[in-house]
Amino acid sequence: MIQNVTSLEMPVDEEFRIVKNHFTNGKGKRICIVTGTHGDELEGQYVCYLIAKMVKENMHLLQGTVDIYPALNPLGIDSMQRGVPAFDLDMNRIFPGNSRGSMIEKVAHDIYTDLSGADMVIDIHASNIFLREMPQVRISEQTAELLVPYAKLMGIDFIWIHQAATVLESTLAHSLNSTGTPCLVAEMGVGGRISHSMCHQLVDGIQNMMFHMGIWQEEPDKSSLKESIVSQGNDAVAFLNATTSGVFITELHNDVTVKKGQTVGQIISPLTGDVLCDVKAPCDGLLFTLRAYPMVYEGSLLGRIHRL
Amino acid sequence: MKVQTIFSMSSPYRDDFRIKAYTFGEGEKTLCIVGSMRGDEIQQQYVASRLVALLKFAEESNRIQPGVSISVIPSVNPFSINIEKRFWALDNTDINRMFPGYNQGETTQRIAAGLFEFIKDFKFGIQLASYYLPGNFLPHVRMIHTGFEDVEDAKYFGFPYIAIRDPEPFDTVLLNYNWQIWETQAFSLYAGTTDTIDHEMARISIDAVCRFMTYKGMASLSMSGSGTQTPTIVEGSQLISIQAPHAGILIVEREAGQEVKQGNVLARIMHPYEGYQVCEIKSPVSGTVFFARNKSITFQNTLLFRIIEEGKDD
Ligand SMILES: [Zn+2]
Repeated sequence: MIQNVTSLEMPVDEEFRIVKNHFTNGKGKRICIVTGTHGDELEGQYVCYLIAKMVKENMHLLQGTVDIYPALNPLGIDSMQRGVPAFDLDMNRIFPGNSRGSMIEKVAHDIYTDLSGADMVIDIHASNIFLREMPQVRISEQTAELLVPYAKLMGIDFIWIHQAATVLESTLAHSLNSTGTPCLVAEMGVGGRISHSMCHQLVDGIQNMMFHMGIWQEEPDKSSLKESIVSQGNDAVAFLNATTSGVFITELHNDVTVKKGQTVGQIISPLTGDVLCDVKAPCDGLLFTLRAYPMVYEGSLLGRIHRL
Repeated sequence: MKVQTIFSMSSPYRDDFRIKAYTFGEGEKTLCIVGSMRGDEIQQQYVASRLVALLKFAEESNRIQPGVSISVIPSVNPFSINIEKRFWALDNTDINRMFPGYNQGETTQRIAAGLFEFIKDFKFGIQLASYYLPGNFLPHVRMIHTGFEDVEDAKYFGFPYIAIRDPEPFDTVLLNYNWQIWETQAFSLYAGTTDTIDHEMARISIDAVCRFMTYKGMASLSMSGSGTQTPTIVEGSQLISIQAPHAGILIVEREAGQEVKQGNVLARIMHPYEGYQVCEIKSPVSGTVFFARNKSITFQNTLLFRIIEEGKDD
């Protein structure tokens, strides 16, 4: 059943709407699949489709509630903008919102309120147009104890437990986790694209979690589920930032292991035909993030390596 | 006048990105003024550039006190101004969400770090700031409550209002907040417009900075106005917010700075197709308009006005 989470008037003959698809059958736990906070991240679109299709066609296997929210930032998705158009705001920096605040604050509040109380919220992100990510779940240190077992149920490749900066207290995940609604943030793929196999893998993982939570009465095909690599601690991840501006070229894919000193890519000058910088792995490890968008400035992130 | 490039970086095809600082006087790092940081902050850039001209004259006529050094950074982000984009040229990140910066991090973190390295040791810091919502403010000094802020010093600007509020999570990455954490007395000045020049507000801003420098004994400068002797201190909670009950075309009837009585019409919302008045927005209190939206359309719930309620001054 399609339901409005919130709706507001826009200036000229248009209603702003956040919608969800609400599937419920009998008594049981509630899981929410949420995506589209950043308008340039589309991987979650296919995941939502696959889960909605699976549930709709097999309602007899559902024991509880599945709520699917495919677009928390509908204006951004429909106009290919990461932030909220007309406000130039990052939708994931205004939670938990404010019922009496501006339009976006009210929308954030209504989303937060609608999700609160769920037994699990999975917030699916897809990096941005600049970086490609292997399937991973990101968890802040404070919530690791509670959330890591859930993340492992998803059989996801990589679990990154990170320190949380104060500014990230205004994300949806933090707002929910700090008020008793468990929320896992999945990151995978690249902005503006849909990576089919990753999406199918994540769906299998979510189905497995639903099965273990008692919401779904059928185990998924487990062949795509993995033993998660867990990364924790300040020095566990090495960042590769560009030391010069230019065009970044790489022969690698993310999700490969690299050796210290191995070439990850090159920053080249199309004008002079020179290699401006050989980008080498600073350590042995798993290359779980790799730059997808070639133009780089000094400082642009080129990759991230989990030290092995 | 000493001109320094305090941060530079190559670009794939554009000229080098540069942040320049203009320094006047010699001695202790006393005052730093930061102009535009976003690509639409033309007013802030203009005010900073006029301050450079003024301080150059002051230095040449020996009006800067011995032992005092004053720096102006007219623009932290010329790359965005030059392509008329509000945020960073490539990845659309906001430099004013990157402080204190990180010199091994992403591009805008490095820019913030490069700037902060130069400006963090000053005794006083002034940011010529803009608001994230389109609209006009009464000229005011804004401070974040960190325990290090000094309201008495803020009075020297002679602005009619000083606004203080408690920090929110997003404040921890702003320049003003980080300046204070590094023990610089930081003030953000808000006056008038952003992307077009308002000459009267520019004059008021320049006067305010001159008054501050003069009263704090950094320089002796002439001012064209006397400023407010006893500014009103506004805590965040004292401002009454008025939002749009409906969306539509917005006809604003009251500007920032105007006095209003309870029940006065502040704005009208017109139907965008049929031209009739959808609703009137009346002031729920008597007071002074502190902020007024200056865009002619509105969503439902958009913040249109902030009013300082009469008799709630202290
Ligand atoms: Zn995202």
